[in-house]
Amino acid sequence: MNTTTLLGGIILAPLVGALVLGLFGKKMNERTVGLIASATVGVSFVLAIMAFVALLGVAPEGAEGVRRLHNPLFPWIEVGSFKAPFNLVLDPLSGLYVLFVTGVGFLIHIFATGYMHGEGGYYRFFCYLNLFMFNMLVLILGSNMLVMFVGWEGVGLCSYLLIGFYFKQQGPAFPNQSAKKAFIVNRIGDVAFAIAILLVFLKAGSIEFAAVNAWAKSLTAADPMTLAAFGLGGASTIALLMFIGATGKSAQIPLFVWLPDAMAGPTPVSALIHAATMVTAGVYMVSRTSEVFVKAPSAMLVVAIIGALTALGAATIGLAQWDIKKVLAYSTVSQLGYMFLACGVGAFGAGVFHVMTHAFFKALLFLGAGSVILGMHHEQDMRKMGGLKKHMPITHATMAVAWLAICGFPLLSGFFSKDEILYQAFVTEAFGHGPWGKILWTIGAITAVLTAIYMTRLMVLTFWTKERWHDSPGHDDHGHDAHAGDGHGHHGLAKGQMPHESPWSMTLPLVVLAIAAALGGYVGVPNGLGHLVGIENSNIVEHFLAPSLAHAGAHGAEAVHHDASTELLLTGLSVALAIGGILAGMFVFRRNPLLKMPRILEDKWRVDELYEAAIIHPLRRLSESVLWKAIDVRSIDGFVNAAADGIRGLGGSMRHLQSGLTRSYVAVILLGAACVVGYFLLQGYVK
Amino acid sequence: MTFENTILTLVMFVPLLGALLVALYGRSADGNTDGIKKLAIGISVVTFILSLPLAVLFDGRTAGYQFVARALWIDAAGLRVDYHVGIDGLSIWLVMLTTLITPIALLASYTAIGKRVREYLVLMLILETGMIGVFCALDMFLFYLFWEVMLIPMYLIIGVWGGERRIYAAIKFVLYTMIGSLLMLAAIISLYLMHGKATGFYTFDIPLVTQSISSGMLMIPIDAQRWLFGAFALAFLIKVPLFPFHTWLPDAHVEAPTAGSVILASVLLKMGTYGLMRFNVPMFYEASIQLAPIICVFAVFGIVYGALVAMVQPDFKKLVAYSSVSHLGFCVLGIFSLTSQGMQGSLFQMLAHGLSTGALFLIIGMIYERRHTRQISEFGGLATPMPQFSTLFMITMFASVGLPLLCGFVGEILVLIGTFTSTTLEGAKWFAAVAATAMVWSAVYMLWLYQRVVMGDVTNPENAKLPDLNLREKVVLVPLVVLMIVMGVYPVYFTKRSQPALDAAIQKTAPVLTRKAEAPARKP
Repeated sequence: MNTTTLLGGIILAPLVGALVLGLFGKKMNERTVGLIASATVGVSFVLAIMAFVALLGVAPEGAEGVRRLHNPLFPWIEVGSFKAPFNLVLDPLSGLYVLFVTGVGFLIHIFATGYMHGEGGYYRFFCYLNLFMFNMLVLILGSNMLVMFVGWEGVGLCSYLLIGFYFKQQGPAFPNQSAKKAFIVNRIGDVAFAIAILLVFLKAGSIEFAAVNAWAKSLTAADPMTLAAFGLGGASTIALLMFIGATGKSAQIPLFVWLPDAMAGPTPVSALIHAATMVTAGVYMVSRTSEVFVKAPSAMLVVAIIGALTALGAATIGLAQWDIKKVLAYSTVSQLGYMFLACGVGAFGAGVFHVMTHAFFKALLFLGAGSVILGMHHEQDMRKMGGLKKHMPITHATMAVAWLAICGFPLLSGFFSKDEILYQAFVTEAFGHGPWGKILWTIGAITAVLTAIYMTRLMVLTFWTKERWHDSPGHDDHGHDAHAGDGHGHHGLAKGQMPHESPWSMTLPLVVLAIAAALGGYVGVPNGLGHLVGIENSNIVEHFLAPSLAHAGAHGAEAVHHDASTELLLTGLSVALAIGGILAGMFVFRRNPLLKMPRILEDKWRVDELYEAAIIHPLRRLSESVLWKAIDVRSIDGFVNAAADGIRGLGGSMRHLQSGLTRSYVAVILLGAACVVGYFLLQGYVK
Repeated sequence: MTFENTILTLVMFVPLLGALLVALYGRSADGNTDGIKKLAIGISVVTFILSLPLAVLFDGRTAGYQFVARALWIDAAGLRVDYHVGIDGLSIWLVMLTTLITPIALLASYTAIGKRVREYLVLMLILETGMIGVFCALDMFLFYLFWEVMLIPMYLIIGVWGGERRIYAAIKFVLYTMIGSLLMLAAIISLYLMHGKATGFYTFDIPLVTQSISSGMLMIPIDAQRWLFGAFALAFLIKVPLFPFHTWLPDAHVEAPTAGSVILASVLLKMGTYGLMRFNVPMFYEASIQLAPIICVFAVFGIVYGALVAMVQPDFKKLVAYSSVSHLGFCVLGIFSLTSQGMQGSLFQMLAHGLSTGALFLIIGMIYERRHTRQISEFGGLATPMPQFSTLFMITMFASVGLPLLCGFVGEILVLIGTFTSTTLEGAKWFAAVAATAMVWSAVYMLWLYQRVVMGDVTNPENAKLPDLNLREKVVLVPLVVLMIVMGVYPVYFTKRSQPALDAAIQKTAPVLTRKAEAPARKP
């Protein structure tokens, strides 16, 4: 096969799967549906590997020496100077993304064939899931901003469809409400993204990523770090608008509120879309246009601060949730914050690396949680779990790996990526010299401790303490949405039922992901650590990504050496924080698993309530009372009706229904025509 | 008489002839109306088939008019009117939309119209001739004639076959439209006289007058331009409808029968934006630049306003009607950006809106026929009894919301690009930025609507046993949905063929009429 058509094949396979399932899936049995869905993604994965290998073999192009595979498909929107062809391109950045998205996606598809067994709408589920893969791959491979936007909106659509999969349930935090919320909140960000596209086209004259980055690179100086830098038109405005778009898709402050609610979807969806892949699209977008960002230090600072605050804020909420999926959801928001922190301090490579390791361990955590939920007969409330280690040994063992990985336990994947982010934040010069790096590092470090604590709490409550399955439910149901769970009227273990381990189709992906979560970090061992054991330039992944990404500030590969001692010191510190957090969590929650947390944390800082009161409610009032009733009905129509009454008074026949109506209308037209003709006759007479 | 100069006339008048046939068709003894219904549908299908060569043979490389036919019609007492018809890149797809929508609307109303079926069918066919005529007329007098001819059937369809408040709605429709029409008539006459005085040749010919203006033979002082622009614009903006001239629309939609709503939304509203592109922009270019900011303020306000008011409507039809106010605001904004992308986006949005909103009214009709109510609160959980309906509804909804790879997105993004990069429109960036928020508003009202109608459990027992779509309903809806996808995935096919004509309209210096040979000899 020609290497250039590989990319088209990567996106085509899941699209074909979705179409086949959507049109003919209803009549197929579960086995066939699962086979088609998984196989098409498997084909994508294989093609992605082939494309990746081919990529390594092509000659670097351009001044930056980026290796690229191009696959033009067809002209899409082309009017005048505006051109948005439907073209695909693979470079190191998209290459890495495609690999782990198809790889993790494949595993989650297999898992889902087991997890969704016996559910109504089985084919519909896999049709949407395949459609999601198509859109995600379009997002990654699109050669210009508008094609990325296709995927960007497309994954939003699939997210909507899959959150709302159990569409029959009703209520404030139930699937169809959460689905709508997710789509709308995402669209708020999308408006900013769309305006960014317009601005880029105006300034750079093209929306192809290569051209956009080249344009940004040609800008002579970075903007000054002032508020004025955000004036219309500069790199800062573009960067900030794109970042607002990213806060929607990647659930950052202030648009993070949809993601926790999105857990109303089936658990494999939470793993694939709302943890491993789609929500990292914002990080991808920022990295994809990194040259624009580095020319906008003020925007970078905003990115870093929002990222750090989101990481911290979400971690505090995660500490107080009882629903196992909610803990993981806030954990995802928090980890995404880390990724933006990395981008903000100019360490795009570290951010992307964390995206990858996070995809492994967070997918594993969600699938593990799915396995637990299924084993517990659709119970998600951790207060009713406990002691599952004995009953679900594989789930327990694999989840333990993910737990240690996310906590940053030494030598597991999360350790390397998180450590790199914190170090890069500490030494950043993206905003010139100043205290910002240290402040951001501090927030990141506190978050690391909190992460270790809440994840340990999750493990303790679920697997290790005494069994609480048949305890009467905690009568403190305030504020938690355990009932928003997978779509079953009845959930939890009935008397005499025991939790059970899941079938191989579910445990096999868990094991594979556990291996990835454990070892995936070794492609990106920070150079300082590598140096310690005598391996130079051990950070393969960042080295590989470097041509695709911009470099902020002065530090780079050459600066690493004289920072080596700092790096080691910081590494030591983060190891201590991680282990300290784990021990603290063990100590507290083993003794008192149901320890009550501050109400404000359990209530998620009441952000939803704030939005409801400050935005949604007033907007609805404005639309209903002012715009519709006052302006439309009373003012405009009032005037029109008064005029109509006047006319009706004149022509009494109007009231006599149809015949009268016709007659008066024809009369008016004839009158008009008579005027015209008369006018011309007069005109001729005058002449 | 060649194929090229007769086909368009054929497409225009076959429906009118068909109307005559339907009127004369023998009455069946038992009052069965299936025969005339099938006849009328057959005629509209024939019209559609006849129109296909227009699309296939259309030469998209030229800005000039094609399939032109002309003949002297009236030449008396100083009044000269030509029968002059033809289509260019601006009108070709609008003609196709009309010939496509009419049979669909007729088929959709197959069972819904109970009384005076024959009259109804006759009016629908006359309406089709009127609509096609408006898009094809190249003589202002002819244009005005078709414009009025088209209004009468619509007005009667609302007034006779409408809902409870049909008389009110019909009168409102007429009142609004008549005010605009009269002003337009005055403007047309003034233009006729001005052209005559300046060139010595009295004519209503649209290409000729446009050419005289662009070549400088007819110089209209800016003051006069503003008046003429205003008169035309008011007629067209009422039709669009632009805020604050829109309040006839919700009433007309709510009261009209399904087919009336479909045609109203799909085709009739486009007359306004078509007129702006055909008359206002190329003829009064300076005035267009001057007055664009004012119009764009109303357009952008209407985009947000229409969406917010749509959000709180309890009636399904009113919701869609107000959403039209929002969508058509985009069309107006795109036109007055006076850029290639803006004009193209506007035209594309007209077509996309024609498909998606037409389909939405069909959808409303389908559930209205089942439940005889349009109150959103009466529904809920329709996905369970009507899964196929729900799927088609969803695709239509997302087309309307402007999801990429569906038709709505292309028009919106092109309008935004055109507006944002406009050099003639002051504050262009802010207009575009505010208009872009429609992405959120449209998602809010449409997704909430869908949630309340389709999702959730069936709470009203009356909805539990509703039958899913029958074959006729699928035949009506599926072609539109397929086209929404085709237009979203491969818009280049449509935009490429329209581009030369649209560019000519905004390039003041370029002659509008490229086929010189077709220009009539001027009187000495």
